[in-house]
Amino acid sequence: MKAPVSWIRELVDLPAEVTTEVLTDRLTALGLKLEGIDSADITGPLVIGRVLTKEPEPQKNGKTINWCTVDVGEANGTGEPQGIVCGAHNFAPGDLVVVILPGGVLPGNFVISARKTYGHVSAGMICSVRELGIGEDHDGILVLPPDAGVPGDDVFGLLGLDDEVIEFEINPDRAYALSLRGVAREAALGFGVPFADPAVRELPAADGKAWEVVVDDPAGCPVFAARLVSGFDPAAPTPEFIKRRVEQAGMRSISLAVDITNYVMLELGQPIHGYDADKVVGALGVRRAREGEQVTTLDDAVRKLSVEDLVITDDSGPIGLAGVMGGATTEMSGSTTRILVEAAHWDAVSMFRTGRRHKLTSEAGKRNERGVDPLLPGVAADRVVELLVEHGGATAEPGFTLVGTAPERTAITIATDLPARLSGIDITAMTTVESLRAVGATVTEQDAGTIEVVPPAWRPDINDPYDLVEEVVRIVGYDQVPSVLPRRATGRGLTRTQRLRRRVGRTLAGAGLVEVVSFPFVGEATFDKLGLPAGDPLRVTVGLANPLSSEEPAYTTTLLPGLLEAASRNVGRGAPGVALFETGTVAFPADNGAAPIYGVHTRPSEAELEKLVEALPVQPQHLAVVLAGERRRAGWWGAGTDAGWTDALAVVRRLAADLGVRVEVGAAARMPWHPGRCALVSIDGVQLGHAGELHPSVCAAYGLPARSAAVELDLDALMAAAADVTPGPDFSTMPLAKEDVALVVDAGVTVAAVEAALREGAGDLLESIRLFDVYTGEQIEEGQKSLAFALRFRAPDRTLTEAETGAARDAAVARAAELTGAVQR
Amino acid sequence: MSGPNTDYDPVEVAAVSPAELEAARDAALAAIADAADLEQLKAVRSEHAGDRSPLALANREIGALPPQARKEAGQRVGQARGAVNQALAARQEVLEAEHEARILVEEAVDVTLPTDELPVGARHPLTTGAELIADIFVAMGWEVAEGPVIEAEWLNFDALNLGPDHPARTMQDTFWTEPADNHVVLRTHTSPVQARTMLTRGVTEEAPIYVVCPGRVFRTDEYDATHSPMFHQVEGLAIDEGISMAHLKGTLDHFASQMFGEGITTRFRPSYFPFTEPSAEVDLTCFVCRGTGLKGEGPDTCRTCRGEGWIEWGGCGIVNPRVLQACGIDSERYSGFAFGMGIDRTLMFRHGLEDLRTLFEGDVRFTTAFGSEL
Ligand SMILES: [Zn+2]
Repeated sequence: MKAPVSWIRELVDLPAEVTTEVLTDRLTALGLKLEGIDSADITGPLVIGRVLTKEPEPQKNGKTINWCTVDVGEANGTGEPQGIVCGAHNFAPGDLVVVILPGGVLPGNFVISARKTYGHVSAGMICSVRELGIGEDHDGILVLPPDAGVPGDDVFGLLGLDDEVIEFEINPDRAYALSLRGVAREAALGFGVPFADPAVRELPAADGKAWEVVVDDPAGCPVFAARLVSGFDPAAPTPEFIKRRVEQAGMRSISLAVDITNYVMLELGQPIHGYDADKVVGALGVRRAREGEQVTTLDDAVRKLSVEDLVITDDSGPIGLAGVMGGATTEMSGSTTRILVEAAHWDAVSMFRTGRRHKLTSEAGKRNERGVDPLLPGVAADRVVELLVEHGGATAEPGFTLVGTAPERTAITIATDLPARLSGIDITAMTTVESLRAVGATVTEQDAGTIEVVPPAWRPDINDPYDLVEEVVRIVGYDQVPSVLPRRATGRGLTRTQRLRRRVGRTLAGAGLVEVVSFPFVGEATFDKLGLPAGDPLRVTVGLANPLSSEEPAYTTTLLPGLLEAASRNVGRGAPGVALFETGTVAFPADNGAAPIYGVHTRPSEAELEKLVEALPVQPQHLAVVLAGERRRAGWWGAGTDAGWTDALAVVRRLAADLGVRVEVGAAARMPWHPGRCALVSIDGVQLGHAGELHPSVCAAYGLPARSAAVELDLDALMAAAADVTPGPDFSTMPLAKEDVALVVDAGVTVAAVEAALREGAGDLLESIRLFDVYTGEQIEEGQKSLAFALRFRAPDRTLTEAETGAARDAAVARAAELTGAVQR
Repeated sequence: MSGPNTDYDPVEVAAVSPAELEAARDAALAAIADAADLEQLKAVRSEHAGDRSPLALANREIGALPPQARKEAGQRVGQARGAVNQALAARQEVLEAEHEARILVEEAVDVTLPTDELPVGARHPLTTGAELIADIFVAMGWEVAEGPVIEAEWLNFDALNLGPDHPARTMQDTFWTEPADNHVVLRTHTSPVQARTMLTRGVTEEAPIYVVCPGRVFRTDEYDATHSPMFHQVEGLAIDEGISMAHLKGTLDHFASQMFGEGITTRFRPSYFPFTEPSAEVDLTCFVCRGTGLKGEGPDTCRTCRGEGWIEWGGCGIVNPRVLQACGIDSERYSGFAFGMGIDRTLMFRHGLEDLRTLFEGDVRFTTAFGSEL
């Protein structure tokens, strides 16, 4: 909402010392937030001049300039005519124009000086609207009305250039402040000065005779006012003050009749529509649209109507979208002489829905959908008639049609100490009562510290005791709220899951991985890039009805795309290697039907809440890792190593070790991994995810180094498996006995299988087992490999004898032979 | 100087003269003193104190002397040998120390060589920032509540007093999941977590609600330097007996000073949020100019706050009783406050970030700058 300061001051008697800054500070403190202040960027002298002579002088370049002498009175200090060169032609000797003299500055820091041009000394400039920064409409010179003043008069006041325009951000609950009436009321409240309410008017008695109006839907249209004028001069110009104020408010000046309806809307907040009465056929009606109906609105759009849209009709059918935008068939034109003025109060919800349905935002709709004072329609129509008569030469036809009445406001009962209790400020009962009266409410004191409050008509947002509290507290001042820490919180600290999540992050960062946060939006192309086959479960997504990009219309089922893009970005920016991780939500459709919408007056039952939760997608937390390029750097110490499948598994095992979880690893083939270098990671046989080298096609698709590796795990499952309370380990300090064994097995036998067999055979004396070498080559038959294990034995209570250790080793080897065909070398 | 005598026969030899003995001792002491390193000292030891050294031979001759001469000869030889052994030991010690010192010198390295074989990891500031905020509240006895990012429309809107026709529903430009009439959205704020907390926990006199809810939220904003379709919020909710705006102010002032430093405080301005009534915008003392609105000492205005001395931080207010009602809490008995602000925006202030997008690009140079804690 843009409000000229001069207009505010016209409605409220602000003390002179209240500067615009003081005013905006106070209004911001009351809840009308300052967005910005527009002011003319002009320094004088800027005066009225009378053109005395105008000599056209054709130039070599084909242009014709005018060499003028202009009477600027005493403004130039000499009283002599001022010689000025002017390129425009839309004025004549005798006209009053606006002249800026040397030393003045126009918007854009355009400093005016006497200068030689086209063979003359041009001492100043005759200004256009555009040069003055007060309009865009015409390029020509601004010619003032003959009665504008005398040469030499300062024009700042005349053109409103001394006026500042305050732009406010108006919150939805302060729709009344979308008018000068509302802004001025707040200013009066803020400075405790009188307010001249422009809505206080003496109205004629309603007789229904202005025009026949039939309201079929009183719920949608509780009040409808109509007035008629005739003899209007469609050529009458808009008076300068109306035009200026409409433009200051950010609207375009169109024609006198339209400008007046907009002016009154700005003044009072009541949207008004003017019809060319000669184009309206029969009675005006208000009803919901019927199936299949349509209307052409003022913006020339043909709109198919919904049965929920409120429309204005005449005998021809719908002629406008009620409260939102008028129709083309009854639009006022350059030949309109009879104007039917409509001002109505509309159901805000219906206005909102219609605006949204037709994607229509208008100044009228903006106000109607937030709620307008229902007492205004008759007043606004009367004010419009007054201005049409005054400035358009029209005659007010007798008759005032007023259908319906403003709904009664219900009284709200509140305890007088409620504002004090909820604000923590020491607010007396008297302050509460006075503040509520100051905002326009009717307050009746009850016994026992309670009052009954009827909110003013222009405040549809006030319905609850707490709404009244806000009014009282904003008047007392939000800056009065003391600062007191509550002392009763007795929380139990972070949950186990929250602590585990931090632990996972720290472990991964400790392993040299950098965390990434990426967007979860994906599309088919994303999955194609990962090489996922058609029908892959990861392609079954939770779709978005209104995605930002049609390329990525779904919530992701895997964290890898975001990580791979980030890795690719780093590599593209010159990183020799990158190790990234991310934890986050992925989503899978639940297909349990729609989530219910419940009422809000009582708490839903447990069963109802359960239904809500069941309708939501399954949303596990995942953990993903991407390792690309150099993992250990080359340097003066020697060569570096690139990331590969082992690094991926090392990350998984490091994490598992930190969480005290035993993970099992087995071969798997799953895109986007290399089919021969992909491990399935599980806990107690329950799948956790995959780790290994990426498929070469995926590395290529993302522009990553060959052999880049990745991990994706179900973080929820991993954290659930973490030991709750780790029992202290029991270990022996007796001497260690070492035995190394080398076993030859078929190449297809896994290390895990051999190790498990050794472990099983070695028995309780085995403390640890570790593979330290894998050999294939000349000394081994083709198709076989030699695995060297270090076995470590220790007893809890004694030094082991060589015989005991040897026996345990032999038993281990024997079991390995039995289960895996291993032969000791 | 007498050298070793290979065909020595003690029986035939006469007693060592004191002069010879002295000469042998002096020769030994001189050789010891001359030994430049442990190798040389070893040779000296075998020459002058070994089995075949003159002093050893002299010692052996003592037994062949007549008894009356033995005592004196024994004493003389013993003294000479003692002096030599002592000198040897002393020299050994000196040379060993020199040797060790030399090795340490020789082993010196250029400690300025790079040691960056292993990469350095880091956690994302959005993670550690949310943790820092959580810790500030946990220290006050609050708990951290969480909820799903894909949420029921009723919990994201209706329960929070944003009815189906509330203008805020379009103001917030929500992502709807398909089909749209399934009433499931990407949550537009973390407020549904507050609703869930009230619905599942309820409030009793013994167990008031003090929860903080950090999390990821979504709105259909185009991606630019200050907007993102995904961002992070932290919201707080306190429900207890006698809660007022003063408690809200106290909590936010504490939060502000913990997050930005002593002297940073908050200011309330009337505002509107469906969830709260009365509602307020929260401004934060500009931590760059610390409220002066000026750039440094000079006359220029502060760029961060444009001379205001305050920057917009978030929204807050007293929980609207309609919300308490929908969530099954006795609004006659309990009152509450709620607040919410962007974590991304808070971090942009705190760390002077110019472009929101740096948070989501995943450039390791950005993230590693923050280490593993904020
Ligand atoms: Zn500042």
